[in-house]
Amino acid sequence: MAEKAKDKTYRLHLMVCAGTGCVSNHSYEIKEALEKEIKKHGLENEVTVVPTGCNGFCERGPILVVQPGNIFYQQLAVKDVPHLVEEHFLKGRLVSKFMYTPPEEKKPVPVLNDIPFFKKQVLIALRNRGLIDPEKIDESIARDGYKALVKALTEMTPDKIITEITLSGLRGRGGAGFPTGLKWQLVRNAASSNGGGKYIVCNGDEGDPGAFMDRSILEADPHAVIEGMVIGAKAIGATAGFVYVRNEYPLAVQRLSIALDQARDYGLLGSDILGTGFDFDIQIKRGAGAFVCGEETALMASIEGRLGEPRPRPPYPAQSGLWGKPTCINNVETWANVPMIINRGAKWYAGIGTETSKGTKVFSLVGKINNTGLVEVPMGISLREIIYDIGGGIPGGKAFKAVQTGGPSGGCIPREKIDLPIDYESLTEAGSMMGSGGMVIMDQDTCMVDIARYFLSFTHEESCGKCTPCREGTKAMLDILTRITAGKGTEEDIGLLQDLALSIKDSALCGLGKTAPNPVLTTLRYFRDEYEAHIRTKKCPAHVCRQLNIYTINPETCVKVGRGCDVCRRNCASDAITGQKNEAHVIDRAKCIKCGVCFDVCNFGAVKVD
Amino acid sequence: MNEQRVSEILTKYQADPGAVIAILQDIQEEFSYLPKNALMIVSRELDIPLSRVLSLATFYTAFSLKPKGKHPIHVCLGTACHVRGAQLVLEKFERELGIKTGETSPDMEYSLDAVRCVGCCGLAPVVMVGEDVHGKITQTKAAGLIKKYKK
Repeated sequence: MAEKAKDKTYRLHLMVCAGTGCVSNHSYEIKEALEKEIKKHGLENEVTVVPTGCNGFCERGPILVVQPGNIFYQQLAVKDVPHLVEEHFLKGRLVSKFMYTPPEEKKPVPVLNDIPFFKKQVLIALRNRGLIDPEKIDESIARDGYKALVKALTEMTPDKIITEITLSGLRGRGGAGFPTGLKWQLVRNAASSNGGGKYIVCNGDEGDPGAFMDRSILEADPHAVIEGMVIGAKAIGATAGFVYVRNEYPLAVQRLSIALDQARDYGLLGSDILGTGFDFDIQIKRGAGAFVCGEETALMASIEGRLGEPRPRPPYPAQSGLWGKPTCINNVETWANVPMIINRGAKWYAGIGTETSKGTKVFSLVGKINNTGLVEVPMGISLREIIYDIGGGIPGGKAFKAVQTGGPSGGCIPREKIDLPIDYESLTEAGSMMGSGGMVIMDQDTCMVDIARYFLSFTHEESCGKCTPCREGTKAMLDILTRITAGKGTEEDIGLLQDLALSIKDSALCGLGKTAPNPVLTTLRYFRDEYEAHIRTKKCPAHVCRQLNIYTINPETCVKVGRGCDVCRRNCASDAITGQKNEAHVIDRAKCIKCGVCFDVCNFGAVKVD
Repeated sequence: MNEQRVSEILTKYQADPGAVIAILQDIQEEFSYLPKNALMIVSRELDIPLSRVLSLATFYTAFSLKPKGKHPIHVCLGTACHVRGAQLVLEKFERELGIKTGETSPDMEYSLDAVRCVGCCGLAPVVMVGEDVHGKITQTKAAGLIKKYKK
């Protein structure tokens, strides 16, 4: 109980975001600086600094939230700390210059909940974000962590647990949206062959580029996932579980292993959990860098130490999974929802969302948007609310063009559908899919043909090569798209792309191949004119496809406005620009590699791209 | 190559063939690549054919059969980074370092690789140098970033 003796009551808790994004913005240095200044003022018994998981508003990092009061400080630098500590924590005066001011507003907003980015969010999976130190199990427990586990293990039968999950309407958050309760029932009913035993797997191989909610949950609240898995294990009768985490997420692995050790120490994991006689333990398996391992059969192969190649289904993992035994695979976000459903009941959960999609979904809002970050919103919210109310619109007053959801398996939803209510069905109907929750916003400067080419290059590279349609088909599609973006496309190419897309969709072995053509199909459906512009006029309307761009310098603007400032020449990567100060500069087209640096660095708008 | 370290890694996993991927990961971390001798030891001790060990080593992108630089540079080409110009940033690194993506500089200081999403999309475009994440990297910031890691 030495730990207990150290427990103190503090006047203020300074919650410093220690998610990967803020850490890269030096939040640990902020934490140290805070601690130093607090000590300097003799406040160490009154004010404490707590590193938390991802706050969500990554754009504004490093972030500090002061509790109680929920005061939100952002984009702090180490040099700001002495002033902040003295003013706010010593003298009690809020420091408005470190607060957030929404775009197009003049007054800063002091309280986190009043900031538009947070206002419309409903936190279930991210319930503890920014509120606990993920490396301390006591803080999780103080926020009702493991309460659902106690209830499930001591008061509920496995059937009762499954009924509760089924009635809640929870569906898989990894993308496909399979009803979680039904999956659990199938695994529970499956007869275990060769010596018995069933497995639980948490899929944390978050491979979709542009999605980072699973990483964030594992880093911010690993106990929520562990608790969900133990409840699932009790329901289906599993004795062992695995969390498969992407190789690219070292911090998530570190926090999860600390959490597992602490849960074991507290008797919440391992043998005879809570003295109920129930045994269940969890191991971490690190991925080794293969997108296809997010596919469940490939993931299981990888856990078994084999090549991460998918196999045909059936048999489904529920019948024959890891080492041939019935296995229940759910994704990180799904597991994190489970304890809340057990605690607050299926009825409460089913009261949020739409007819077919219940509860909330976490999205990573990224790309050409003002407020990038992680948001949790009720199902059924419109794209407009997410992009404009929460996301704060498009930077630089540019026009919104499309939103890409579902990663390489998904598609692009155009501006016309901005009032679409988000759920599994509506996204599929629009030609995209929910996927794991990446939402990449695109503006007028994004080329949709380039986006299609980008995703095909992704799936082609990540194709495991086992089945021909995926291995060869994605290559053929990529070749055509590369040709079009290089200005060498022909009228027949569009039809050819469409034919290839449909046959790959029909014939590929696993989800990766079957959905690989989606980005092409949706961009063809909604942005056919952009394909035609590349083919017919050999121009990229968004000026993204570089081989079609021609850079020139307007001599008049260069001399009269910019006074031949010479910045472009000094930054030119290929010595293609000539000219001297006060003189007009000229680009030699033969030497220009079209990197666009001159365009970026010219402060006078003298560089033009056509 | 320090064979002792390979044995220690194998012992840590009790030479369990099911842990072969984790074992290769530890070896990769230790030597910054998978030395041929290490693969042969793994094959022998785990009683897995060398061909299978090699197929794992070449399937997963976390593994490399060639030594990596002291400062491995990973330019993220995830979707968010892509729409914010990551491809141009990657090419800028190629020019600055005088190597192509996937290569290591002759002095073994830097290696350059593209990576598919490091999950820091809020800070796009993102570049990782070793374990450090650097956000909002533009072509003009690339040279400075390399300099920062110069000894």
